[in-house]
Amino acid sequence: MSATSTDIFRLLDVEKTYDIGRASASLFGAGKRRKLAALDGVRLTVKPGESLALVGESGSGKTTLLRVLLGLTAPTDGRALFREKEIAELKGDDRDRFARDVALIYQDARGSLNPRMTVLDLVAEPLDHHGLCPRAERRDRVAALLQRVGLPAEMMGRYTSALSGGQVRRVAIARALASNPSVLVADEAVSGLDVSTQAQLLKLLRDLQRDMGVSLVFITHDLGVAAYLCERIAVMYLGRIVETGATREVLTAPAHPYTRALLNASPKFFAPIAEPLPGEIPSPIDLPKGCRFAGRCVEARDDCRLTDPALRADGARAFACLHPLDRPRALG
Amino acid sequence: MAAALAIPRSDPAGATPAAAPADALLRVENLSLTRGEKLILDDVSFALKRGATLALVGESGAGKSTIALALIGLLARPQVGLDGRMLFDGADLATSSERDWLRLRGRRISMIFQDASSALNPCFTVGAQLMTPLRRLLGLSKAQARKRAVELLEGVGLSDAESRLDAYPHQLSGGMQQRVMIAIALSTNPELLLADEPTSALDVTIQAQIVRLILDETRKRGASCIFVLHDLALASQACDEIVVLYGGQVMEAGPAETVLREPLHPYTVGLKACVLEIDTEELEPLPSGSPSFASKRPGCRFAPRCASALEKCAGEKPPLIETRGRRLACWNPVA
Ligand SMILES: Nc1ncnc2c1ncn2[C@@H]1O[C@H](COP(=O)(O)OP(=O)(O)OP(=O)(O)O)[C@@H](O)[C@H]1O
Ligand SMILES: Nc1ncnc2c1ncn2[C@@H]1O[C@H](COP(=O)(O)OP(=O)(O)O)[C@@H](O)[C@H]1O
Ligand code: SF4
Ligand code: SF4
Ligand SMILES: [Mg+2]
Ligand SMILES: [Mg+2]
Repeated sequence: MSATSTDIFRLLDVEKTYDIGRASASLFGAGKRRKLAALDGVRLTVKPGESLALVGESGSGKTTLLRVLLGLTAPTDGRALFREKEIAELKGDDRDRFARDVALIYQDARGSLNPRMTVLDLVAEPLDHHGLCPRAERRDRVAALLQRVGLPAEMMGRYTSALSGGQVRRVAIARALASNPSVLVADEAVSGLDVSTQAQLLKLLRDLQRDMGVSLVFITHDLGVAAYLCERIAVMYLGRIVETGATREVLTAPAHPYTRALLNASPKFFAPIAEPLPGEIPSPIDLPKGCRFAGRCVEARDDCRLTDPALRADGARAFACLHPLDRPRALG
Repeated sequence: MAAALAIPRSDPAGATPAAAPADALLRVENLSLTRGEKLILDDVSFALKRGATLALVGESGAGKSTIALALIGLLARPQVGLDGRMLFDGADLATSSERDWLRLRGRRISMIFQDASSALNPCFTVGAQLMTPLRRLLGLSKAQARKRAVELLEGVGLSDAESRLDAYPHQLSGGMQQRVMIAIALSTNPELLLADEPTSALDVTIQAQIVRLILDETRKRGASCIFVLHDLALASQACDEIVVLYGGQVMEAGPAETVLREPLHPYTVGLKACVLEIDTEELEPLPSGSPSFASKRPGCRFAPRCASALEKCAGEKPPLIETRGRRLACWNPVA
């Protein structure tokens, strides 16, 4: 890998462990400390204008990874860089630039927006905060932002309690766009909505991302959403990225059995319901030796329980599996 | 490799799309519900055969949960404003007394809710919640109920069933809680199972497990099942019949295969176009909007959002007619 200077984010073997104290003192005797590895050696880059989907079951570490990217939590090991600077150590102008440049769209849009503020003030808050807009132009800027997300300017005077779920999420997106960021980060931003509202928002996000050239890091457990919205995908399992590459390639010919299992589980018109992946994601405490997916993997062999597979690059793709699935050789 | 689950399907070619097959376990006829000024359900009819599965689909507020609650006698009392019939094995649920319901609810008709964590009582162990209906409704002794409870938990794929009896709901994951709910719902061998978005809070992997579990277990028992679903692709996989609701009205209904392969109602077409599959390149989302529930409003409730609307659509309500193997309410069907 060369010329990394333009990368917006770079994660180098990021680990995040939580000390979970003496949860089972009675079993192990007082004082035995246990650690939970929410992230365990994550390597990732986000380039300008690129869209990346993070997928995986609940508990796989997606939100923790996002919190590291946003500087809300510092890695316990490894490095998390924003434009080549350690995120957790950003200060002064760098910190301000980071706050303007990286915008978060929350999962719970309604809960993240102050119900006592009007839509105007909610969307203008980042403008005011960063001193980005003269007072006189405030309304016009907000009107333009609302129009960008498909809301009429008349909505400015309303409170979020008077808006539908889809409208509230649009307000949250307008607010995120206000500081003219270069990265949008979203955690399950369309879940829990009607399919029609979801489709509208996804189309909006894709258009915004393409037209404005912003980067997008989008957490979802819906592979259809990932495929529609993001050029790249990173599949996570128990704190690791187990497969990554161009979304279409990964989803049409997965190398990792876990990716295939997620694909099989996704609803597909008129297909018989496939044999589900057995069991649930285990707790990241006291992981077994060897491959962490072995307990649920239909491809597992003896060596899988001994050797922990590292993420191996194969062209533009990478996967962490000792016995990758057969796939047609990459075209071209 | 992925083994296929054979789902019994009604024959779309020879089928009469009638709302009332002779061997129906459930026949909902002209069900309407008014609450104040709002007509929440408007003349809803559908039927369900023994052993068949039916999907209720539509956007938020369409009336799906309201129908499910009516079918299990949990609509807010007094049951004013409810009109029409719900014939379950010949008896009308709409006029059942609370005493009748004691023999039906949780016994012959059970329900699984979307949010298992709030449907289970946090103060009681899994064992207590599972054994209470077995003892009260089926009259089993404590020892018998315990044995049966373990069998039921094993049946829904919960490992270590014996020790799970002493667990409290919060000690289980969302998927495990949903399994416990299914075990409770199935414990009395109901003939009709209602599942209101049983998996929308869960990962796709767990969703696949749970849907399959519900289908396997109801099929084993010859029971019928009504799923409330948001995902049309999942409906096509799991259900024999489908009822598409908008603003409390049936827009299109019939065999899931027929309706979803070739939807004729603009609303069904629009909903289907919102479903993202892995290879979806472009989305054509339905315009936003929500139905008016005003009971006096004439015309098609979908008209303000409909790209195919004709002039008459705003003034005259389209009747639900039988056509091309389904029931359809539209003046200007697609294709
Ligand atoms: N007791 C009530 N009084 C007034 N309106 C009600 C009452 N119960 C339900 N409604 C309204 O009836 C309509 C149908 O509600 P219902 O909960 O059945 O929708 P749903 O299809 O299950 O939606 P969702 O997908 O959001 O669960 C909604 O507009 C709702 O606000
Ligand atoms: N503050 C915390 N303390 C202890 N464990 C945590 C904390 N935050 C997350 N975890 C654990 O880290 C793992 C990954 O969590 P998370 O990043 O939220 O996953 P996801 O977003 O993929 O569902 C889970 O096992 C979770 O329970
Ligand atoms: S390394 Fe083995 S157990 Fe792990 S995913 Fe690959 S085949 Fe399965
Ligand atoms: S009746 Fe008219 S408005 Fe209603 S769905 Fe059909 S074409 Fe559209
Ligand atoms: Mg999360
Ligand atoms: Mg509902």
